[in-house]
Amino acid sequence: MEAAMDLMRRMPPAECQQALASLLALLPSQSPELLSRVDQPLQVACDEEHAKQYLLCDYNRDGDSYRSPWSSKYSPPLEDGVQPSAELRKLEQEANEVFSIYRDQYYEGGISSVYLWEPEHGKGFVACFLVTKDGSESADGRRGLLQQGLWDAIHVIEVGEEDEGSVHYCLTSTVMLALTTADQSSGSFSLSGSITRQMEADASMTDGHLCNMGRMIEEMESKMRNGLDQVYFGKTKEVVFTLREPLGVLNASSRSGQSLQQCIINEIGRF
Amino acid sequence: MEERIAERDDEIEGFEELSAEEKVAIGKWFLLKSPPGQIRQVAKDVRTVLMDDSLFTKAAEEAFPEYNVKHMIPVELPDHSGKVLVTKYAEVDKSHYLDPRTAVVATIDHIKQVCTSMRPAADEELPTALMEEYRISVDAELLKYVEEAYPGGECAVYCTCGKNVDKHEGEIELAAVISNASFSSKNFRGGSWRAVWRIQINEELHAAELQGQINVNAHYFEEGNVQLDTSYECHDSIQFQDAGDMGAGIVNVVERLESEYLSSLEDSYAKLSDRTFKELRRKLPVTRTLFSWDKALQLSLSRDLAREFTSKR
Repeated sequence: MEAAMDLMRRMPPAECQQALASLLALLPSQSPELLSRVDQPLQVACDEEHAKQYLLCDYNRDGDSYRSPWSSKYSPPLEDGVQPSAELRKLEQEANEVFSIYRDQYYEGGISSVYLWEPEHGKGFVACFLVTKDGSESADGRRGLLQQGLWDAIHVIEVGEEDEGSVHYCLTSTVMLALTTADQSSGSFSLSGSITRQMEADASMTDGHLCNMGRMIEEMESKMRNGLDQVYFGKTKEVVFTLREPLGVLNASSRSGQSLQQCIINEIGRF
Repeated sequence: MEERIAERDDEIEGFEELSAEEKVAIGKWFLLKSPPGQIRQVAKDVRTVLMDDSLFTKAAEEAFPEYNVKHMIPVELPDHSGKVLVTKYAEVDKSHYLDPRTAVVATIDHIKQVCTSMRPAADEELPTALMEEYRISVDAELLKYVEEAYPGGECAVYCTCGKNVDKHEGEIELAAVISNASFSSKNFRGGSWRAVWRIQINEELHAAELQGQINVNAHYFEEGNVQLDTSYECHDSIQFQDAGDMGAGIVNVVERLESEYLSSLEDSYAKLSDRTFKELRRKLPVTRTLFSWDKALQLSLSRDLAREFTSKR
């Protein structure tokens, strides 16, 4: 199992699905543990009753069926599929509505789903917020910059019981992304990555669970996005620039000068 | 939940055991996907998950030579006189590689990534004096450039076509390769820069055509796994007087095009933060303020309003 996890940490994140499928085939007896420890890209299904898309994960699965957050029905149909309590279902519906507005504001497209359920042990509940966005020029990319661009975010929050007006939240988030830009002048440029972070917080019940969970997720997503952008991408750039050193200003090409100029013109054009 | 697990167990029992070939293919796939400098750690993991040493050996025997050649790994010569690059242009056969600079042929143990022995190259393995003049001219200039631009990097120049040409006629072609890799598990990072320049020489016209192919990988894995993978092609041509001055002309072009590529990588990174990444997720909503969860909640409480809101977009 440790060797399998080590492999997942070394393989190109863009190929994690293939890597996981291979490990599952090699180690069938470990598959429950592998599936619970390795996050995989989110799959999309369609709720025909509501004409809306939703996301599949282990948390809305029962047997071979998946529950839609919109109709709460399973597909393929499952009469006795697990359902959240009426109270949780109400919160789940609100969460799905609000989270899709949130998703639209940050992602300008994409698909989101929220699932709630009662934990096996202990009180409180567990919530899972999912977002997937295909930012490629052929999908939801608004600016046509990406030949390929996938973002998946998986947030699982364990919510404790209310204690003197305050509730304990424990959030585990994973972001997976893969992006490729390609053009003649700069060739193909691909970055892919996967990071997981945890965060705990106590919050008062004044604004309710949904606001508390939402704010935590918003903060976490922003931190992870910045971390990927500033730290992780920055480190890969450092690696490149130690392999091949820039040879001083005199050698700076006329073309890069031109493209810098072009960049400035484009920037000005945007205002 | 227990029921779910029970169902999974059923699924598992129904799972068909993979054939030996399939297992070898999976092992090979993992090995070939290893990030720069990490194939030996990956090999340890693959040996463990395959749970069969003979299948592992088979996968390793197939994958290592392919990986070493693709990544153009440098291997120390047994007499410590330098390193030989394992590249397809150097290949005498699957375990023997020519170092054109020192004119030795190295025996490579692909899985250990070491050179076990070396011998002087036979005359027929080396280019003619005429070709060698061109080769040396490029090699000498390339060495100087690589020393300056690629700390710890290696390079070699091979005759890929016309090795036996001894008259000033016929097609001749050189391949100049540059390979630099680094790995530090302590700093959670590794990477490789590989460049191959095909040089077609037209002696009559005193002209040479250059075709460049550059591949860069970088891996950063502290509490995560992020990888860069790039591919770039370019070409140019030069005029020259004789074999002696050709090298300088060619390496000038190589240096210019590689510097341009490095700045274009810098541009790609610069655009990433402000523009490209926005295609996936914005830093802030279009409103440029944090999302107002309480307002959105009120909004969704009256469903019709919420519908109206989403249909407007």
